[in-house]
Amino acid sequence: MPHDHHDHLSPSGHPYRPDDDHPLTYWQQMEIAIREILIEKGVTTAAEINAQIDAMDARSPANGAAVVARSWTDPAFRDALLQDASAASASMGFDIGPLKLIAVENTADVHNVIVCTLCSCYPRNLLGLPPDWYKSRAYRSRTVKEPRKVLAEFGVVLPEQVTVRVHDSTADMRYIVIPARPAGTDGWSADQLAALVTRDSMIGTGLPKEPGAIADART
Amino acid sequence: MNERRYMRVANHMPPGHVRTPAYLRGKVGWVERTLGPFSNPEELAYGHAATSQPLMRIRFTMAEIWGAEAEHPNDTLDAEIYAHWLEPTDAPHAP
Repeated sequence: MPHDHHDHLSPSGHPYRPDDDHPLTYWQQMEIAIREILIEKGVTTAAEINAQIDAMDARSPANGAAVVARSWTDPAFRDALLQDASAASASMGFDIGPLKLIAVENTADVHNVIVCTLCSCYPRNLLGLPPDWYKSRAYRSRTVKEPRKVLAEFGVVLPEQVTVRVHDSTADMRYIVIPARPAGTDGWSADQLAALVTRDSMIGTGLPKEPGAIADART
Repeated sequence: MNERRYMRVANHMPPGHVRTPAYLRGKVGWVERTLGPFSNPEELAYGHAATSQPLMRIRFTMAEIWGAEAEHPNDTLDAEIYAHWLEPTDAPHAP
């Protein structure tokens, strides 16, 4: 008899887990309906939509890390980045589309952190998709009220004399933090430095890696 | 150093799509930089022909926003506020 009492176990002997399916939400159905109508009417094609999804998935924090590392090694580029971060990023060959970007720089006296209280604005065209916590109600509401507590939970404990500057991405601009260059990296190339730049360090909830963390990667 | 240009955010609570956070309405900050002009999102959201508005980055102290509850009074918050929400004003208190 094929259906014996071991039927609920997988071939590896573990119980099957229930599927995590749920019915489509209203807005998921709406998205599918609009997408299908646009394809039927010849406004766009499935191939174009897939290509756009691929392009967005291909963007990653590595793009932002390259921008930060160049600003650490090229003072003229750093000035241009602070002046017009969109133009400076585009000049490195990144396809940032309509992104309007502002770069804010961490110094010995100032620590910047980015949040979007109204929704989840994020420089996707340069850094890729935002982390889930960035879109959470807790991060969005607490970062404007108690940024030091939030940063401490990320492991960033700031001295009293450092000013915290929170940037609420309320309208048309998107933000990238230029973290301070780690000590002990004199003579490093931009490529080597880029490996120290984490996604969170460009949101302001983290710091770059210490040079020792990737010492092996240098050789 | 240039003198700070102080602005008060209007304390309106209109219905509909606005991009001025409620926690900043009625608060006073200074202009960090001026951007735009950009199309007014309050009109764009409803498919109306949108007027162009300067967009100001306004810097507030945490003391101004949260009063005695501020975590660290001299920390700051910058937000982008459309010009039609802003009224020039004096500094909130003696610097």
